[in-house]
Amino acid sequence: MENLANIQVIQNMVYIISSVMFILGIKMLGKEATAVKGNYLSALAMFCAVAITCLSLEIDVKIILAGVLLGGLIGSLIAIKVKMTAIPEMVALFNGFGGLATFLIAWSQFNEPDNSLFQHALVMLTIYIGGITFSGSLIAYGKLSEKLKLGKGSMITNVFISLFYLSMPALIYVVVEPSLSGFIPQVPSYFSIFLVLTLMAGIGFVMPIGGGDMPVVISLLNSLSGIAAAFAGLLLLNNVLIVAGSLVGASGLILTIIMAKAMNRTITNILFVGYASSGQAASSEEQGEVKPITSDDAYLILENASSVLVVPGYGMAVAQAQHVVREMGELLEENGTEVKYGIHPVAGRMPGHMNVLLAEANVSYDLLAEPDDVNPSMDTIDVAIVIGANDVVNPSATEEEGSPIYGMPIIEVHNAKTVFVLKRSMSSGFAGVQNPLFFKENTRMLFGDAKESIGQIVAEFKD
Amino acid sequence: MEMYVLLGFVLLLSIFLGLELISKVPSTLHTPLMSGANAISGIALVGALMLSSAGQMQDILAFGAILFASINVFGGYLVTNRMLSMFKKK
Repeated sequence: MENLANIQVIQNMVYIISSVMFILGIKMLGKEATAVKGNYLSALAMFCAVAITCLSLEIDVKIILAGVLLGGLIGSLIAIKVKMTAIPEMVALFNGFGGLATFLIAWSQFNEPDNSLFQHALVMLTIYIGGITFSGSLIAYGKLSEKLKLGKGSMITNVFISLFYLSMPALIYVVVEPSLSGFIPQVPSYFSIFLVLTLMAGIGFVMPIGGGDMPVVISLLNSLSGIAAAFAGLLLLNNVLIVAGSLVGASGLILTIIMAKAMNRTITNILFVGYASSGQAASSEEQGEVKPITSDDAYLILENASSVLVVPGYGMAVAQAQHVVREMGELLEENGTEVKYGIHPVAGRMPGHMNVLLAEANVSYDLLAEPDDVNPSMDTIDVAIVIGANDVVNPSATEEEGSPIYGMPIIEVHNAKTVFVLKRSMSSGFAGVQNPLFFKENTRMLFGDAKESIGQIVAEFKD
Repeated sequence: MEMYVLLGFVLLLSIFLGLELISKVPSTLHTPLMSGANAISGIALVGALMLSSAGQMQDILAFGAILFASINVFGGYLVTNRMLSMFKKK
């Protein structure tokens, strides 16, 4: 008996050490110089916490070995094989698995005899958060990998949305069920129904949220998976779970807020309203004519430019144009042109999406600038090249009060001397708002696939 | 119940600590931070290892929890590391 108590003391001490390493690790992960070390440190913390837990096991070792080895193999294979362009959906998928693990932990705890009322409530909350994280992340995965095309307004989506709203009173019911069992009507096998309803609710939570709002959803699901782990820690009376889970919850929350701010919208507006009803329809006043150009003309202008700002968006990811963009940037620099990349925080489908793509293409990260860095000196830029970005460069955000995106911080490319917009067609961006940038005096439209268009410019430079 | 009050205290302090630690992150690191945090949420693996074993159902649940948490941990750290190794200054 004394021996067992000793083991517990040792475990708790190692848990505290692990917690400190997690805290330092995530702090270091937030700074460029120390990020790699931070990741190692947090992996070490994870290893220590897992290893020391193995001192006292109730489950059959074979089950544990099978689970860890198989899971480790699958996880490593996915992580090594995945293309860097598929990172957003990969993160969503891993996140979902974390949520599923907490969901199963809480389920297992429910089956334990002698749960107190408080434990029962915790079990239900953990199941709810974990379940929503899991199925919500799967939907996010489907949307990001473009396997799932259902959006807002379809019949199926509406059914799932209803289930999401239904799940909230259901959660209250299952939490109070044991304490009020004499007063409220009995629902047979309510627990199984609740399990299913929770998973459906996660689908209904994420399904109606559109592509451009994905960065916010991903950050929020990330935060939820941490909170679920922290709740599981309360349930199992384990402090390292609580600390690590809370850290993840907090970091996800911060990213969510950063993303929402970058869109000048509140989180509730993004999650429950969407763009369509967040303002009256955009003004359809006379916009003027667009001025298309060819790659040849674009090349001639670029050749004489002394400073160029590249502003990428989701379109660059779709066209897989990051490598030709880097090549063009290098050729421009050889030609004596100053090249910078203007990165908007919500460009793409996850926080920092453009940074990852450009890093994959070997663009040095000191060339990447945030909107606040480039906007003040925009009028000295000779050519701003907008590649598949739309809403993040829409001047309506600064000029047109009443526009749904009014007030959103943008990259003000319309102040540059010349703007090239690379675009497939004249369709509007995710927000569904017409972009007056396309009709400005200094804007030239280069229609077609971004990869091809830039490829042609690169070829011209090489000649 | 005293235990829960204490752990609830730990929970709240950790959240505030987290918010203070990462309030300003350069946008270059948004994705690695998210992915790294995601790997940490695989700490659920520790929880999964603490489950009890009583009957087939519990074993299946424990196996599932260990499996998925392991995918999260291994995949998360490896992807983060791969991503970070791409960010370099020239």
